Amino acid sequence: MIGAVELGLLYGVMALGVYLTFRVLRFPDLTVDGSFTTGAAVAASMIVAGQSPVLATLAGAGAGLVAGVVTGLLHTKGHIDGLLAGILTMIALWSVNLRIMGGANVPLLREDTLMTPLRDADLLGGTWLGALAFLGGVLVLKLLVDWFLATDLGLAIQATGNNKQMIKSLGVDTDFTTILTLALSNGLVGLCGALVAQYQGFADISMGIGLILVGLASVILGQAVLGQRVIFMASLAVVLGAVLYRIIIYVALQVGLNPNDMKAVTAALVVAALLLPRWGPLKRVPSWRDLRGGRANGRAAAPVAEDAPAPAQKEA
Amino acid sequence: MLTIDGVGKTFFPGSVNERRALTDLDLRLDEGDFVTVIGSNGAGKSTLLNAIAGRIGVDTGRIDIDGTTVNRLPEHRRARYVGRVFQDPMAGTAPDLTIEQNLSLALLRGERRGLGRGVTKKRRERFVEELRSLELGLEDRLKAKVGLLSGGQRQALSLLMAGFTRPRILLLDEHTAALDPQRAALVTSLTGSIVAQGGLTTLMVTHNMQQAIALGNRLIMMHEGRIVFEADDAAKRKLTVEALMAEFGKVKGASFDDRAMLG
Ligand SMILES: Nc1ncnc2c1ncn2[C@@H]1O[C@H](COP(=O)(O)OP(=O)(O)OP(=O)(O)O)[C@@H](O)[C@H]1O
Ligand SMILES: [Mg+2]
Repeated sequence: MIGAVELGLLYGVMALGVYLTFRVLRFPDLTVDGSFTTGAAVAASMIVAGQSPVLATLAGAGAGLVAGVVTGLLHTKGHIDGLLAGILTMIALWSVNLRIMGGANVPLLREDTLMTPLRDADLLGGTWLGALAFLGGVLVLKLLVDWFLATDLGLAIQATGNNKQMIKSLGVDTDFTTILTLALSNGLVGLCGALVAQYQGFADISMGIGLILVGLASVILGQAVLGQRVIFMASLAVVLGAVLYRIIIYVALQVGLNPNDMKAVTAALVVAALLLPRWGPLKRVPSWRDLRGGRANGRAAAPVAEDAPAPAQKEA
Repeated sequence: MLTIDGVGKTFFPGSVNERRALTDLDLRLDEGDFVTVIGSNGAGKSTLLNAIAGRIGVDTGRIDIDGTTVNRLPEHRRARYVGRVFQDPMAGTAPDLTIEQNLSLALLRGERRGLGRGVTKKRRERFVEELRSLELGLEDRLKAKVGLLSGGQRQALSLLMAGFTRPRILLLDEHTAALDPQRAALVTSLTGSIVAQGGLTTLMVTHNMQQAIALGNRLIMMHEGRIVFEADDAAKRKLTVEALMAEFGKVKGASFDDRAMLG
């Protein structure tokens, strides 16, 4: 259980990245599956080569960032559909990752990693102190994301996801904001890959497969519980969602499901989280979100607007 | 201020869908001019505004703003000269952002955006002041998401956002057409006051003849990509809806004749 929470908090870093693209930019970015492994591969290879773990971890994040830029360029400058752009980068990264690692995996067994001090002090797995350290780290990142989204540049990024034409007419180069967001998002994902590799003691070519669903599951789960009305809560929710997700997987394994079934469980979880709120009886169960004021286009919106509702869009 | 010189635009050239939207069009706006634009559906009014704002490129001719040729500038780089309000009340604001965040976005029209705080205390004070002038009570709802506002409120906010940084040119495209008469009247009067206060050079498309006559100091009528009638300040003062309708009838007749001759 403690292990699941620790892992969940680490994956919270990736969930923050997925939040940036999926929710803020509204871009379904599949690069994640590849850039996660890239971060892990770069960090593991550098650690094995004798570099400092801090440097290796940062380089892992940097490699993810570059992957995001590639997807961004394919989409904005190459006018390739967003989904396809992400898939292209992801597939290409498979080969790149094998090159970086020089094989299908890189073990970190006797290497000095960021986790070594925690392990030596016996803080991981057995006590909650390790989880507490991870929590501190991921919360710092969460606050950084909150801060960034509230800057002038961050607002422009939010508007790019919200109303692209409008922010263009206010002078923002939306190609730039799109690429930047993809870069930051995949930077976080690469960082997460680097951390997870050090936590589990190896990097592996297939460690990123299906990860985008884990990210989506975290974002959707967390926001179903905590809501997404203000950014502070929304970003907290995705970290919480990442932990929840790991706990659900942990429970699924405890009740005897096969680890190989976990991809199907993840997919089912995302489908359920997407569909359930739209189905009959469940619609009427007020979530915490509704109780706290609702969303812009939710049912709670009507009483707040004092004026006549806007007529439907007419063709210009 | 704004010089449009021989501008032409054809959509889907050489195909069966070929559409000539602008034909060798000339127009000059002096500083402070407020020109209303009328014309039938498909006359090319929106295309003209899109060409000025850079949303579409033109095939021929030149567009100068303030002495700078802007033909080659993409839309986002023309934004520092051009403020816009669209017909669709949803188009001009970001619904999931708050009123103050939207205003902050508009405040930096055409400027570099960095890592400074988006909504500062100082900016907020300015927003309260600006919003108060709309007399809609929005100054008390700075933290409300814009998606919660009605169409009329959103359009008033869009108008403020387009105008309060005093762009060189303000483009309004049937920005009251999607509102009920009462809200339309409100936004129309706000338009008058915002343009007058900022001394904004303005081009306003409307289907409402009364509005076209009441607002502004010049009027043009477009048809099939050309300007077919023009009234300067003096002529416009004497214009009536009936006289305008008569002008409309003339061009409709002409085009009918043209087509008959071609057929
Ligand atoms: N993006 C586009 N792609 C193809 N054709 C277009 C496009 N925009 C406008 N057109 C065509 O150009 C012509 C002029 O259209 P425009 O929208 O400028 O007319 P308008 O005067 O604004 O009409 P309305 O009063 O209906 O808004 C029309 O024939 C239209 O079909
Ligand atoms: Mg139009």
